[in-house]
Amino acid sequence: MNAGGLLRSRTLRRAAGGELSGSLWRQAGRRFRRNRAAMVSIGVLLAIALASVLIPAFWPHAVEEASWENILLPPSLENWHWFGTDANGRDQFVRVFYGGRISLTIGLMTTLVALGIGVGYGAVAGFTGGRTDGFMMRIVDILYSLPLLFFIIILVTVFGRNIFLIFVAIGAVEWLTLSRIVRGQTLSVKAKEYVESAVAIGLSKPAILRRYIIPNVVGPVVVYVTLLIPTNILIESYLSFIGLGVQEPLTSWGLLISQAVGQLDTAPWLILFPATLLAITMFCFNFIGDGLRDALDPSHR
Amino acid sequence: MLAFTLRRLAVAIPTLLAIATASFFLMRAAPGGPFDTEADLDPEVLENLYRAYGLDQPLLEQYRIYLANVLQGDFGPSLVYEDFNVTELIAIGLPVSARLGVTAMLVALLLGATCGIVAALRHNRLFDHATMTMAMTGIAIPSFVTAPILALFFGLYLKLLPVAGWNDGAAANMVLPVIALALPQLAIIARLMRGGMLEVLRANFVRTARAKGLPERQVVINHVLQSAAVPLVGYLGPALAGIMTGSLVIELIFDLPGVGRYFIQGALNRDYPLVMGIVIVYGTLIILLNLMSDLAYAALDPRVRRTYR
Repeated sequence: MNAGGLLRSRTLRRAAGGELSGSLWRQAGRRFRRNRAAMVSIGVLLAIALASVLIPAFWPHAVEEASWENILLPPSLENWHWFGTDANGRDQFVRVFYGGRISLTIGLMTTLVALGIGVGYGAVAGFTGGRTDGFMMRIVDILYSLPLLFFIIILVTVFGRNIFLIFVAIGAVEWLTLSRIVRGQTLSVKAKEYVESAVAIGLSKPAILRRYIIPNVVGPVVVYVTLLIPTNILIESYLSFIGLGVQEPLTSWGLLISQAVGQLDTAPWLILFPATLLAITMFCFNFIGDGLRDALDPSHR
Repeated sequence: MLAFTLRRLAVAIPTLLAIATASFFLMRAAPGGPFDTEADLDPEVLENLYRAYGLDQPLLEQYRIYLANVLQGDFGPSLVYEDFNVTELIAIGLPVSARLGVTAMLVALLLGATCGIVAALRHNRLFDHATMTMAMTGIAIPSFVTAPILALFFGLYLKLLPVAGWNDGAAANMVLPVIALALPQLAIIARLMRGGMLEVLRANFVRTARAKGLPERQVVINHVLQSAAVPLVGYLGPALAGIMTGSLVIELIFDLPGVGRYFIQGALNRDYPLVMGIVIVYGTLIILLNLMSDLAYAALDPRVRRTYR
């Protein structure tokens, strides 16, 4: 927020034709709002999230309601089976949005776990510096070269396919890049003259952290996090697809896709809806991530 | 460069040790043992089984023995495929997976780089937008969706290609798995290549080359491509790792006898030695490929080389 100080000069602001008025954050916000793809993506994502919350609660068919008379019905407006029914006669429409609940939750929760570990670890390494930093980052280097997906699979196999373990397993291996980002930013900000002068005038460590380090770290972290959510959703669907992720009676987009693959020749529409929703979600998060990066770091364009 | 290579190799050793250690202790921390069956085994039988597999030793002793065996290329017996040991299974599966992965990698590289180059040269024109939209789609749609749809369309409806199976690596059997495996990487490579090209096309030395009056074709081929390909080389390691892990699912869908199928069967059936063996082998491969990719990166870019010292 303080970095905007330089731009407070009125002449500068006028020279930039209003484009540069306000703090850097405000400018970033304005640039972001002007990015149409990102704004539409936010709307679409909110709609998907809202539908995932509301539809399973209010739809005429319950998620686990099976009916032997209605097996593998094609999509139709009759009888509320808009996306058809699966091999157990369960309504695919409500299942797709119920799966969305779980896929989105897993995307968010795993990212939160990764965020917690990554930011904590990176901040400690970057802020302490010196030998501790060297040692901590060497560990990250080593973990980096592990085949992580294999480790997620081992973790899930060994400790059972409990949904909370999936959060932890994915989160526990996806924090590495975050810790590098946070540590790198912290180190580079710490070396800046304005931090030096803040130290010289006797600002306390927490104050420096709050005023200089955190604002500088937030940008890249936010960008990375919006790109990590879809990655983690994809990892979960991958796990579910090979039978190591979410287990029945819960469902997720990955599991729905995996079940649909078995019925691909008789009921090809079953794969259509979960796969489309998954792809749309991937698109949206990627557009938002790109938009945030462009907005927060205009030099990157 | 030599110092860098040696240092990286020196880091590779603790990394491999970490892989072996982590997989060993994770597996041992698992509740239940490999011989838990529905019907309880006679304690005496169980004891004999434990002795036969060395499981009666203290944990640290088992760990030492396991490491010593792994160093000699012996990953122990498979618990699911009873007549095979893990080394044999990997020896059966790896050529299949490698052939699939290398082909997919080549396809992704050639097509991806070409698309990226052409898109950059037609920046902001129709081809550029079309390619980048396709690339976004390629990244957004996971291979376990494309693979069954490809199989359904080309195999079942058009009957052009086999739906599944390996058939000793016949070309027709390779087409669909290779496409499904290559697509996501192809998309990422196209984006990387385009980005690299756009950056270099704006660089001063390119402007100089143009100012000298070189024909555009020569500028692109002699000056731009070399520098623009650098980020791509740095991505080769991760790309191969991505293809190797992606191949797990593709092998499952197309029923190919590669390492991936053994890995998933092993994981689902708690065949600990098999899973550990495959993780160690793949970990080693990924580390070596990353190292090679980094070395090539440094060889191409003097700025990177400087940071490696």
